[in-house]
Amino acid sequence: MTSSSYEAVIGLEVHTHLMTRSKLFCGCSASFGSGPNENVCPVCLGMPGVLPVLNQYAVELALRVALATHSEVQTRSVFARKSYFYPDLPKGYQISQYELPLCKGGYIEIANGGESRRIRLVRIHMEEDAGKNLHEANYSLVDFNRSGVPLVEIVSEPDIRSAAEAGAYLRELRAILRYVGASEGRMEEGDFRCDVNVSVRRKGSDELGTKTEIKNLNSFRFVEKAITYEIGRQIELLEAGGRVTQETRLWDPNREETRPMRSKEFAHDYRYFPEPDLPPLEIDGQMLERVRAAMPELPAERRRRFQRDLGLGAYETAILTEDRAIADYFEALLNGGVIGSKTAANWTMTEVLRIVNETGKPLEEAVPPAAETRILLKMVQDGVVSLNAAKNAFSVMCKSGQPAAAVVARLGLAQVSDEAAIAAACDEVIAAESAKVAEYRAGRDKLFGFFVGQVMKAMGGKANPKVVNEILRQRLQS
Amino acid sequence: MDEKKISLAQVRHVAMLARLELSPAEEESLQSDLSAILRYVDKLNQLNTDEVEATAQVGEPGTLMREDQVTNRPAADEMLANAPARSGNYFKVPKIIE
Repeated sequence: MTSSSYEAVIGLEVHTHLMTRSKLFCGCSASFGSGPNENVCPVCLGMPGVLPVLNQYAVELALRVALATHSEVQTRSVFARKSYFYPDLPKGYQISQYELPLCKGGYIEIANGGESRRIRLVRIHMEEDAGKNLHEANYSLVDFNRSGVPLVEIVSEPDIRSAAEAGAYLRELRAILRYVGASEGRMEEGDFRCDVNVSVRRKGSDELGTKTEIKNLNSFRFVEKAITYEIGRQIELLEAGGRVTQETRLWDPNREETRPMRSKEFAHDYRYFPEPDLPPLEIDGQMLERVRAAMPELPAERRRRFQRDLGLGAYETAILTEDRAIADYFEALLNGGVIGSKTAANWTMTEVLRIVNETGKPLEEAVPPAAETRILLKMVQDGVVSLNAAKNAFSVMCKSGQPAAAVVARLGLAQVSDEAAIAAACDEVIAAESAKVAEYRAGRDKLFGFFVGQVMKAMGGKANPKVVNEILRQRLQS
Repeated sequence: MDEKKISLAQVRHVAMLARLELSPAEEESLQSDLSAILRYVDKLNQLNTDEVEATAQVGEPGTLMREDQVTNRPAADEMLANAPARSGNYFKVPKIIE
């Protein structure tokens, strides 16, 4: 038996922060980056006698995620207490949902090598985040700013078969979360976390092998690496006649391997029971319709539209639609029907994304408004500036915030297309290089480039090369 | 009457989950107490509730929700006032064994 006679069975559990202003059950700020314990109150510190009150917007964001993933919203769901003791959990329990989650089923469509696959979902439920521990040598510190921040957990069926598919699923899910404005999906910042369940089985078998759960994955790259490692480890174990132990393993990014968690403290014995402080969550048709009406176009729909209506390829489409702001910018360049979709797509993928990546800023801060970029692209189209000059101008526009016309004028980037001026320069070159002209006319075609170079030099490099070519060809023929 | 509804092993497991350290005498005493509680639950279970909808809380029906507004201001000092120990604006707790 070789490793190719096995297949992997993978399910993902994603936790993501919802972009609310306040926490799930109290009026504390849910923002990042505050000083320790600045955004805490008796409710999220679990002090006696306090009562949670549900944040309506958090529910609406969770419903957006549900609608975007074709998940079935339950008219009645129930919050439950998940009990465990850890210093980041002030109440001794986390308010979550268990038997009756907000949404059941659904799917996410992923593209893996041209083939489209549906990864089914088990459920989507709401819960609160815990605080954060900092471990010092002789004691630990606790910051409860994250305690009570709203999360949704999105659980997939074990439909994923490879590390690459897991990556595709996560990227698509993140795109959906961003499109609907539910979450920023920043994995490194911890507002998008992923736990992985992996098992392997002989190809063709319907039975599930023993699975392990991998935690501590804070980048897409780590998720894919950890899955690849874990699949290899399990196959090796089975091939050597061993058995996979059901356990939780941690990804060690330094050694690039998974290893079992030492602690038995995390034995899954959470003693869930319905939260007596919160009534069942009832979603009426009115609320659901309101959320549905406000849903934006989703990444999958947009991809289809870009390919069908704008004639873009799968590769360009994938890059342009991954982020809603990028896709919006690209479409704004097309407004007015002046700039073609290929030109706009190339410009967005190369220039706009380059600036966004270089500056690390959000799109709207990194680049000029699309209307201004459109003016610049029109100049290229009209031969006013060369493509290279436009790229330089764009960089300057991004830094200075000046309009396209002003930057082009200030840097003297405008091409000379004035035929009289170019013709005069051509005549001068022809007169000065009479020997070479004779050679050219005798058949040395290669000299044409030399004449173009001389004209461009004479005009400070600003002549429109197209016009120079035309005029030179005409003059040299006669 | 003195039938044990819960084993000593279960008592120890629950104590572990609750982070309680029990002496053997306490374990036995809790075994009796918990058994009595479970016997009472058995008695409740004799009631016919076929016609009653399961509920976990009492109060008005319907879901009361709040607007997504930040109504609390930072007040770390007040919030830390009852902490057994603090370090700066952090709660300070015994070292967590990882």
